[in-house]
Amino acid sequence: MNAAHGIRARFTLDYPGFRLEVDLALPGRGVTALFGHSGSGKTTLLRCVAGLERAGQGLLAVNGECWQDSGRSLFVAAHRRPIGYVFQDANLFAHLSVRRNLEFGMKRVAASERRVALGQAVELLGIDHLLERMPDRLSGGERQRVGIARALLTSPRLLLMDEPLAALDLKRKNEILPYLERLHDELDIPVLYVSHSPDEVARLADHVVLLEQGRAIAQGELRETLARLDLPTAFSEDAGVVVEAEVAGHDAHYHLTRLTFPGGEVLVSQRPEAPGQRLRFRVHARDVSLALQRADGSSITNLLPARVEAMVAADTPAHVLVRLDAGGTPLLARITRRSADQLAIAPGQQLWAQIKTVALLG
Amino acid sequence: MIFDSADLAAIWLTVKLASVTTVLLLLLGTPLAWWLARTRSTWRGPIGAVVALPLVLPPTVLGFYLLVAMGPNGFIGQLTQALGLGTLPFSFAGLVVGSLLYSMPFVVQPLQNAFAAIGERPLEAAATLRAGPWDSFFHVALPLARPGFVTASILGFAHTVGEFGVVLMIGGNIPEKTRVVSVQIYDHVEAMEYAQAHWLAGGMLLFSFLVLLMLYGSRFRQGWQG
Repeated sequence: MNAAHGIRARFTLDYPGFRLEVDLALPGRGVTALFGHSGSGKTTLLRCVAGLERAGQGLLAVNGECWQDSGRSLFVAAHRRPIGYVFQDANLFAHLSVRRNLEFGMKRVAASERRVALGQAVELLGIDHLLERMPDRLSGGERQRVGIARALLTSPRLLLMDEPLAALDLKRKNEILPYLERLHDELDIPVLYVSHSPDEVARLADHVVLLEQGRAIAQGELRETLARLDLPTAFSEDAGVVVEAEVAGHDAHYHLTRLTFPGGEVLVSQRPEAPGQRLRFRVHARDVSLALQRADGSSITNLLPARVEAMVAADTPAHVLVRLDAGGTPLLARITRRSADQLAIAPGQQLWAQIKTVALLG
Repeated sequence: MIFDSADLAAIWLTVKLASVTTVLLLLLGTPLAWWLARTRSTWRGPIGAVVALPLVLPPTVLGFYLLVAMGPNGFIGQLTQALGLGTLPFSFAGLVVGSLLYSMPFVVQPLQNAFAAIGERPLEAAATLRAGPWDSFFHVALPLARPGFVTASILGFAHTVGEFGVVLMIGGNIPEKTRVVSVQIYDHVEAMEYAQAHWLAGGMLLFSFLVLLMLYGSRFRQGWQG
């Protein structure tokens, strides 16, 4: 990654009882999730990038532009940074209608620099019918969509999203997630996405940074990072991998859909997507069991040949996490230590991974 | 005619004094209230206390110090004389200065509360939408603080109308220059003109009631947060 492309972010910030100390090199495109439990510093990090928080020691360069360099006493004020910021609770202006909320940022960007039109953002977020309403007449999900559109209309060169779904119930989340995916697919704006939800991260992110107590403990490409074994036990109860697959065909008789990916295929309940479309699914480590032989006399349909790469202790003394390579697709299995001993699991060993549940994202 | 010409002059002078005072207080009080609502300076406490002093001081005390300060040997008097303005006591300008101090907390405190209630978050949203500090002050903070401005204007105006002690100390009783309604009522009573006093006093009572009704019964009292 050369200096002109990507995001270089180094911050040291002290609060009573909390210290943020990160040094990150992030890709300058796609969705990067800042993932961690509450109090891990992910929102503070995002606010430092936005310029809402001023880290005493800091260096921030985004795709070749320097926004902060404490060594040179350089600090670009938040309102001079070409960012869009989506707040956890939307933070709309209560005294302005939806339309005027949307126009607030847009009007303040030179016409020559506008790359997102009002109609385009309104259509993308499905808020056409809300334009004349006041914010207090919107549901939580609607507010959040307006907040996202408002941020997009500043034609940001970097979109910062602070848990945009955290304040919403599951139904509202599912209402917004498709819009976020469209955003990802249709606009080429790099996104930093703060979340504590593994499912959201798995569904939206390309790249992930794991934060714990103000430090970045891992960062990298999503699939690689989630399949790593050396992460602290705090994350191992959520351990699992994300697989990007293609719809290969449907089985109308059994109402199943076949998904293929490097290393094999799985059958899932019938999906609406047409053959050739791409889907992400997540396999939790706790839903993967291991067998030495192909167990044909079993109700589990999804079996993948795999090779053991490594094994480590899991979150409880009774369990271990096994990292597998299924023909190029990494998998994690969480099994009891007793089973591991009985099967004599060792690196290099060939065996079968039995997948109980495939969680489809989308 | 219920009011004679002296009464009408006093009413006009009172309205003029209250209007000028309210406008000036809104102009001067807004930055002060903004600062008090947001600063972390150690001066916040002392300055806030000074602003609130007229709430508890007898008007005669305030009027006495103003009289001394604005007199020929006081520091304000020295200044106004140096500027060729003469001295302020017993003039309309002097009354305005007195009223500014006297009504200050009634304007500054509602504004300060309104600004504090807005908090940092709308301003942060404005900053991420490219609005600089002045821009977000005028287009976000001021509109959001509108209920506070309504309250401050009403209270500032009404409280100035009801001023008596400070006026008597620094303004005296000069027709068409410093004789406001409250002083005129006093004069009527001194002269045993109870009918005249009744009309003015009753008018003040009605005015004050209507003002408070406006304040407590108004939809402006409901904030924006719904």
